[in-house]
Amino acid sequence: MEFTILDDGRTTSFSADEAHLNQSGRLAIRAAALDEKLGWSFKPQGLCQGDLCIPVSDRAGLADGDDIDFARFGELLGRPTVVDSAAGVAAIGRGTSSQLATMTSLEAPDFELPDLAGVQHTLSAHRGKKVLLIAYASW
Amino acid sequence: MPVWQALYEELGSEGFVPITVALDRTEDVRSYIEASGATHPSLIDESHRTAELFHIVNVPTLIWIDEAGMICRPHDSQYATDTFTAFHKKLSGPYLDMIRAWVRTGAGAMTPEEIRAHQPTPDDDAQLARVERAVAWHLLSDGRADTAEPHFARACELAPKDWTIQRGSMPLRGGNPFGPEFFALAEQGKFDYALEAITPTHAPEEGE
Repeated sequence: MEFTILDDGRTTSFSADEAHLNQSGRLAIRAAALDEKLGWSFKPQGLCQGDLCIPVSDRAGLADGDDIDFARFGELLGRPTVVDSAAGVAAIGRGTSSQLATMTSLEAPDFELPDLAGVQHTLSAHRGKKVLLIAYASW
Repeated sequence: MPVWQALYEELGSEGFVPITVALDRTEDVRSYIEASGATHPSLIDESHRTAELFHIVNVPTLIWIDEAGMICRPHDSQYATDTFTAFHKKLSGPYLDMIRAWVRTGAGAMTPEEIRAHQPTPDDDAQLARVERAVAWHLLSDGRADTAEPHFARACELAPKDWTIQRGSMPLRGGNPFGPEFFALAEQGKFDYALEAITPTHAPEEGE
């Protein structure tokens, strides 16, 4: 079964070989797919994204051979995860501490969203202007 | 929104742009946006990406962003018109004047300390609720409403005062955001932003 993983605003598909449920029913991701699709590689020094590495004390708790436990991966990164095994969908969001860091930095996070015609717009395209961001809804 | 369009026509040449973001399905805002005649960016955020990034927990939410891309006034809960002033006790006119002053003189921007003090604060449950909501929306937009439902329910349990989740998911779950469930929600006490920019009893001082 294919798995779809929502990674903080990105949607990625994993083949049955790249992501599967292990004997305990937990979602496991192949290390190569974790690196290629989620941007984290499992190395002797820990979980690494570029030069940044997070030490992993319980390596056996995270990895079983080539399989990385998805929920444990999220815990180590301090990021919330949801797995719906039956639906074949999982997600990893923004951790509280990194969300707080983003907010207290006061830098407006960039985003890309469509208008009614489907044309994509970014916030950063308006650098140099004063922007009033207005979130509203029909509800 | 005609008010933001009018303000854009008035102040656009002075380096101002309103960006409206609808936390809605496209079908729910299509006629509204078409009628607005907006020439400023009028965007649709079905997946609630901006709510995730800026920790927006209710609408309307207005955030001021300066020329360098820095937030200079966070999370105002303000309205463009006085249609609901009796309900929320806020007047639109003084706020629009504040925006004019900000564009023309920079007045009204807050210090970094003031901004941080007024930002709403996410916690672990709020962040997990966003993930549940993202899964729910993904499944719903994939035509799997039954599979989405428990994720909507869990998101609402985790973030009982986040109206983008509580009320925003009502139309997606077959509910009525203006029906009894909304009034029950309102009675529970909604999330209030720390920053209440303008109320009838607190109009800005001249030059504030």
